[in-house]
Amino acid sequence: MYLEIPKKLRPFVEQAHLVGEQVFRPISRKYDAKEHEYPVELDMLAAVVDGMNQSGSADGAGASKLKREKSGEGVRNGANMSTALGLTELCWGDCGLALTIPRQGLGNAAITAVANEEQLARFNRRWAAMAITEPNAGSDSASIRTTARLDGDQYVLNGEKIFVTSGSRADLIVVWATLDPSLGRAAIKSFVVEAGTPGMEVARLEHKLGIKASDTATILLTDCRIPKENLLGDPEIRTGAGFAGVMQTFDNTRPLVAAMAVGVARAALERTRELLAEAGDQADFSRSPLRSTAAEAEIYRMEAELEAARLLTLRAAWMADNGIPNSKEASIAKAKAGRVGNAITLRCLQLAGSLGSTETELLEKWARDSKILDIFEGTQQIQLLIIARRLLGKSSSELK
Amino acid sequence: MSTALAGLRIFSGSPFVQRQGWLKPAERVAATASQQGFAAASAIARGLASRGRGESPERLANRPRAELFDLNVSEEELMVRETAQRFARDVLRPAAHEADTKCAPPAEFGGALADLALGPMAIPESFGGAASESTSVTSALIAEDLAWGDAGQALAALAPIAVASALVRWGSSAQQAAYLPAFAEETPPRASFAVSEPRALFDPAELRTRAAARGNRYVLHGEKSLVVGAEAADYFLVTAELLGHGPQLFIVARSEAGVSASREPALGARAAGFGRVRFDGVELDASALVGEAAGAVDYEELIARNRVAVSSLMVGVGQAVLDYVTPYVNDRVAFGEPISNRQSVAFMVANLAIEIDAMRMVTWRAAARLERGMNAKREAYLAHLLATEKGLELASSGVQLLGGHGYTKEHPVERFYRDLMALSTVYGGALV
Repeated sequence: MYLEIPKKLRPFVEQAHLVGEQVFRPISRKYDAKEHEYPVELDMLAAVVDGMNQSGSADGAGASKLKREKSGEGVRNGANMSTALGLTELCWGDCGLALTIPRQGLGNAAITAVANEEQLARFNRRWAAMAITEPNAGSDSASIRTTARLDGDQYVLNGEKIFVTSGSRADLIVVWATLDPSLGRAAIKSFVVEAGTPGMEVARLEHKLGIKASDTATILLTDCRIPKENLLGDPEIRTGAGFAGVMQTFDNTRPLVAAMAVGVARAALERTRELLAEAGDQADFSRSPLRSTAAEAEIYRMEAELEAARLLTLRAAWMADNGIPNSKEASIAKAKAGRVGNAITLRCLQLAGSLGSTETELLEKWARDSKILDIFEGTQQIQLLIIARRLLGKSSSELK
Repeated sequence: MSTALAGLRIFSGSPFVQRQGWLKPAERVAATASQQGFAAASAIARGLASRGRGESPERLANRPRAELFDLNVSEEELMVRETAQRFARDVLRPAAHEADTKCAPPAEFGGALADLALGPMAIPESFGGAASESTSVTSALIAEDLAWGDAGQALAALAPIAVASALVRWGSSAQQAAYLPAFAEETPPRASFAVSEPRALFDPAELRTRAAARGNRYVLHGEKSLVVGAEAADYFLVTAELLGHGPQLFIVARSEAGVSASREPALGARAAGFGRVRFDGVELDASALVGEAAGAVDYEELIARNRVAVSSLMVGVGQAVLDYVTPYVNDRVAFGEPISNRQSVAFMVANLAIEIDAMRMVTWRAAARLERGMNAKREAYLAHLLATEKGLELASSGVQLLGGHGYTKEHPVERFYRDLMALSTVYGGALV
């Protein structure tokens, strides 16, 4: 047993940290203020990230590398772990910017998880966004109403998608749609739509609480025709097989959102510790919490929660790297890191007083940014449902 | 199944026992609950000064740093774990209620415990044990598994082992030669750490128990609480502030003039036999100071090892809570369906699982760092803090999920409640 960041991934983590520190932090406030403006600095970064992913470790990192590994000889610290570690550092820099790095979209992870070989080759190195949520179907993604109808060699898509991260920036949109609304989950498939395809339009961009550097689009699909080869995975409706195909993505991406939450929270906690040190509080673990100042004890509690969230995240990633089913553990990581990350940024804001709530510091921004991490990729409550169903052996109709 | 028979089954399955060839006839196993008595310990202590001077003490090697993040337990850890888990399930858990009431493990406890070979596992081969390298992770896992069975008995079992492992780590060669071989015996010496002091806001970094040097002797004043097996102990390892040198460890026989021990049962972990120990001007030979000289004991590391052990115990009790409430909420029907069909119930169970795993991960990381000789002061501190914070939540939820039934002694969750809360105040007792 050894729960340290592996030596071979340390150079990669340091690189990612430098990006967070030297590329993201200097422009963090700028794109928070200029919502919807494309961060041009990221084009150059995207190339660097591609390079980092290839050089950082033998296994690579990034959204397009996330595959549950086959179990082979020995322990692996692979793409799931390196991506998680890298994202933590990038989000320590700026979470919104990390979300809008070209070619690192959630859609890329979805393609990797369910695409066949031909599709993998065709969509390689394209930037893919993910369109799941609808105005009337958020967490309840089984009841989406966007339809896909086979017409000759094409699928015809109709519906409205909201909360599409980078929906106006990506090359591809992975759209969840149902082949037959009467058949429930088994009929839900994911479809790749090229940006610019007639019938797909970006209707608007959201104005949000945080992660403003990352655009969030509403996308309308009106008789949008795509080649039938753009359906990802199995085109057959297999009732009973359930959601497995499309949901697989989440086992791999939930630990990544957890990793992001860890990064934002660490940024807030580190900065708060600096500010407290200037105010004369030294949280150096030399006295028990009961004998520390109230502020120090608060820091210790947050450190403990953050450490727990970080390790639960690495556990889920490690399991994925080693071919161990991790659905429960991925949700545990997401639930813990999501709520802890948010709570830490909020408490840090309060500890810093007016420095925490004013715009000279980034603490107020992190407090806004972190909230989304307890919501997207499955809210806190959805994670608890998943965990509880696993623990209690319940179906989704028993434990609703 | 009687405890002795259960113990026998575990005994024959214990990898350490098999390797060491300690398999003994059943009647002997059943009969070895007899104690060595403190006379032997005192005799050893008196003879200390004249023995083993100049030789270097035995130390266990740290395990090398690993290359990869790895949550796997080794084959050896797994074997030990399985033995500990069987023991917890077949011996500790069935005896837990009575041991809690009586504030002591059952009479046959010692014999059954011998099968676990905890003592031999902690001490080097040259003293009759089986240890060659640091096994903090194994110790953490054993603490977790035993506490799943029963926290109080787990503490009773681990307290002497903590004394042994401290002497392995920091004792002088003379102290090692005098004290360690006894831990290879089937029944370990009755020894215990004395760290906690009876006052609010106690912090192990600020001890009020004091030792003063007087010539080549020390005089000890102070009072310790939550000392495991205090009344029955042969000797204690006492943490005390030595003027000019910071906190030190002293070996103090209970028979010394000025030492008085009394029962002081706690809310939980009662089978540990907690008590207070007073030291009123106890005069100690120079050889009572652990190590060759003042400063030999890394006190911060000692506390870190204790914090990780206590966290491990709390993880074990937390897991016991989860394992008990899970089938209960599935079986318990209200309003025509299992109460686990309700989110308000199911989410409490999910949160138990989340926080237990959280505690476990932080605890394991600290243990793994200690095992490899890495500084773990911060990690152990965090593990302990998290365990005490979340332990409260686990304790409360465990009872709450059973409603009124949880409040009665028909179910063990009220004991888990008390055990978790008592453990959260314990310093001393166990080390990894």
